[in-house]
Amino acid sequence: MKGENTVEKKIMLGNEAIARGAYEAGVKVSAAYPGTPSTEVSENIVKYEEVYAEWAPNEKVAMEVAVGASTAGVRSMCAMKHVGVNVASDPLYTASYTGVTGGLVMVAADDPGLYSSQNEQDTRRVARAANVPVIEPSDSEEARVFTKRAFELSEKYDTPVILRTTTRLAHSQGIVHLEPRQEIPDKPYERDFMKHVMMPGPAKQRHVFVEKRMKQMAEDACTLDINQVTYKDTSIGVISSGIPYQYVKEALPDASVLKLGLVNPLPKKLIEEFASKVEKLYIVEELEPVIEEQVKAWGIPCIGKEILTIQGEYSANMLRKAILGEEVEVSEPAEVPNRPPILCPGCPHRSVYTVLKKLKLHASGDIGCYTLGAVAPLNVVDTALCMGASISMLHGMEKAKGGDFVRDWVAVIGDSTFLHTGINSLMNMVYNKATGTVVILDNSTTGMTGHQDHPATGKTLKGETTYIIDIYKMCKAMGIEYVYEIDAFDLERLEQTLKEEVKREALSVIITKSPCALLKSYVPKGTCKVDADTCKKCGKCLIPGCPAITKGADGKAVIDDTMCNGCGLCQNLCPFHAISLEK
Amino acid sequence: MKTKNIMIVGVGGQGTLLTSRILGGLAVQAGYDVKLSEVHGMAQRGGSVVTYVRYGDTVAEPIVEEGQADVLIAFERLEAMRYAHYLKKDGVMIINDQRIDPITVVTGAASYPEDILEELSKTYKVYSIDAMSKAKEIGNTKAFNVIVLGMAARHMDYTVEDWLRVIENTVPPKTIEINKKAFYAGYES
Repeated sequence: MKGENTVEKKIMLGNEAIARGAYEAGVKVSAAYPGTPSTEVSENIVKYEEVYAEWAPNEKVAMEVAVGASTAGVRSMCAMKHVGVNVASDPLYTASYTGVTGGLVMVAADDPGLYSSQNEQDTRRVARAANVPVIEPSDSEEARVFTKRAFELSEKYDTPVILRTTTRLAHSQGIVHLEPRQEIPDKPYERDFMKHVMMPGPAKQRHVFVEKRMKQMAEDACTLDINQVTYKDTSIGVISSGIPYQYVKEALPDASVLKLGLVNPLPKKLIEEFASKVEKLYIVEELEPVIEEQVKAWGIPCIGKEILTIQGEYSANMLRKAILGEEVEVSEPAEVPNRPPILCPGCPHRSVYTVLKKLKLHASGDIGCYTLGAVAPLNVVDTALCMGASISMLHGMEKAKGGDFVRDWVAVIGDSTFLHTGINSLMNMVYNKATGTVVILDNSTTGMTGHQDHPATGKTLKGETTYIIDIYKMCKAMGIEYVYEIDAFDLERLEQTLKEEVKREALSVIITKSPCALLKSYVPKGTCKVDADTCKKCGKCLIPGCPAITKGADGKAVIDDTMCNGCGLCQNLCPFHAISLEK
Repeated sequence: MKTKNIMIVGVGGQGTLLTSRILGGLAVQAGYDVKLSEVHGMAQRGGSVVTYVRYGDTVAEPIVEEGQADVLIAFERLEAMRYAHYLKKDGVMIINDQRIDPITVVTGAASYPEDILEELSKTYKVYSIDAMSKAKEIGNTKAFNVIVLGMAARHMDYTVEDWLRVIENTVPPKTIEINKKAFYAGYES
C-alpha cells in the first residue's frame, strides 16, 4: 500500500481509519500490544511501508518505544486497550512532563459494555490525572482526521495526546476520504537535560510547565475547530462527543449541540456561553461523568447521570426515552438459551482443563481465551484479574496460607500473557521461594485478540522472521529446576506430571505446547467420528464441552464434521473406543 | 433515501465479518453513506454475534435497534429467534436452517427450542435455506454464508451484477469462482 495521491473514498473500520490518519500524519514509528478493541490499529498501520510498526511485549514497553522515537525527533504512536493504559501509565504520567519532540499519540480504546474486557474504566479519568489532552472522534472519517490533529496538537503544546476511542467506534466501519501522506521532516535530536531527564530538579520545573500548558489548552479549546457548536432549537442543549454524539444526532435532530472533539481539557468559556443560550442542558457521555462533573463544578446546571447510566453503551432509543420521555414500542425478545463464548473445537486449552478438572485442581487464572475455563462445563479457573496476575496471585495465596494450601492449585497463563507481565511474577516466585505450579498454556499466538505474534513466535508484526525466545530455557535460566514441555493433548503425561508437580514442595513450570486451532498454519489431523453401534451413551466425551460434539436424539454422541478439528481429545476420553479419527 | 437497516446474526466463527464487508461494499458502490458495526474479540469464540449495516443518504447511529431492521440475515436458527424482535413489522428474515447447540444446551442447562422456523413464520416473513448442505454440494462448506447472501439478495434492492462485482472485489482472488457459484446457489433456490 504505497501512498496514494488522489482523493479516494473507502469504507474503513474506525481502527483502520486511525492507522490511515497516522500514516497521513507522517508517523514513522508505531508500537503496541494487542488488545480488543485496539488491535486493528497496528494490523493496519503495518500495511504502510513508510511506517515502522511492531508488537511490543506489553503496553508499557510500547509507550516507551513511542516516547523514545518522539524524543529522537519523529512522529510516533502507541495503541492499546483501556486496561493497557494502566500498564503504560508509568511512562504516561511522566511523558506528560517531558513532552515531545516529534508528535506523540497514544490510542486508548475503552470498552463500554465490556465486550471483551475485565472492567469498564474510562481513560478520560486517567488522562485528567496525568494532565494529558484527549481527542475523541465520533466516526471513521473523524478517526482519520482527528488522528492528524492529535499529532499537530501534540507538537504545538509539547505534550503526548490521547486519542480515545470506544469499541463501537473502533469496530464500526464508515466512509473515509483518503489524503496523501504529509512528509514531516525529522527533527534533530538535542540533548536537553531539563526536558528529558526527569529527576527531581527538572521535573519540578516541568510540572509548572504542565500546569501552564493545560490552562493554555483549555483557553484555546474555546476556539478550536474540532469543538463545534450548532444552534437549532434552544429548548434543549446537549454537550456530547464520540459515538454518543451520533445517538444525539439520531434521537434529537433539532436540538442545539456542542460537540467536543477535545474532551480534555474542556473549553470552559465555550461551555458557559452554550449553557447560557439553551433552556435545558444535557451531558451525553458514555461511562464516567467526566464532563458532567466539571460542568457542575463550575456552577452550571445540567442533567447527565441522573437520567443516563454509567454502565454499558448508549443508543438513540435510550436518549429518546431519557431526554424526550418517548416510549419506543418494541416487541418482547423471545426467551432463548444463552450462547456464551466458548473454547473452539480443537483448542488445546480444553485438553489441559479436562485434566485439571479430573484432578480436581483449582486454577488461578489470567487474561486470554483460557479465561473461558472459568465457566461451565469446565469450571476449573477460580480467578481472573489482570494480565500476569495468575502467577502472582498463586504466590500470594501460598504466602497467606502456606505451601499446603497450594497443593491442589496451579496458575494458568498463556504464552503471550506470560511474556507480557507473567514473567515478572514468575521471577518473584523464584526469588521469594515459592513452591507452586505454573502452567503456561503455549498455543504459539496471542489468541483472543485474533492471533498476533509475540516474542516467542518467531515472526514480527511486519511478518519478518526473527529470533524465537525460548520460554523453557528462560524458565531454566531463572533457576527453576522443574520445567517441563508437554504436548497439550498428551493426557497421560500431562496428568502424571501435574500430579507429581502439584505435590512437590518446589516451584515448577509445565509448558503445554500445542498450537491454536485457528492459526492459519494449523493442519487438522482429520475429523473424529462416532461409531453409533459402539457408543454406550456414557457422556464422557461431552465433559470437556467441545462445541462439535452433541448428544443426538437417541442419547448417543454426534460429531459435526464441519466443526471438528480432529484434535482427538474426545477419542482419548471414550472408554469404549467408539470414536475414531478419519483422515 | 430513508436509511435501510440490515442485521446479520450468527455464531462467532461463522464468518459474519465477510458478509458485512460484502454488504458494506454494495452500499459504497451504490453511492450511499454507510455504517457497519461488528463484534470482534471474545464473542467471536463461539458466542452469539451480531453485525449491523445501515445505509442511506446520511447515517448517524452505527447500530440497528429493536423494531428497526428491514432485513435480518440469520446464520443459525436459534440466533434468528434471539434477534427476531429487531425486525420491523414488514421486515424480512433470511434464515440459514442450521442448528448449532450453545454450550448451555450441550450441558443440559437449557434446551434447544423446537420448531423455530414455524414459530417465527407466524409473525414474520421468513425465508429459509439449508446452506450448509448446498455448500457441500458445490464443494466448499466455507462458502455457505455467501449462499445465504444469495437468498437475501432476492429481497434487497441491488442487482445481481452489483452483488457479483462486490463479491469479486471482496473475497480472496482464489475463491471468487466458488463464491459466485455459492451466490447463485442461494439466489436461485
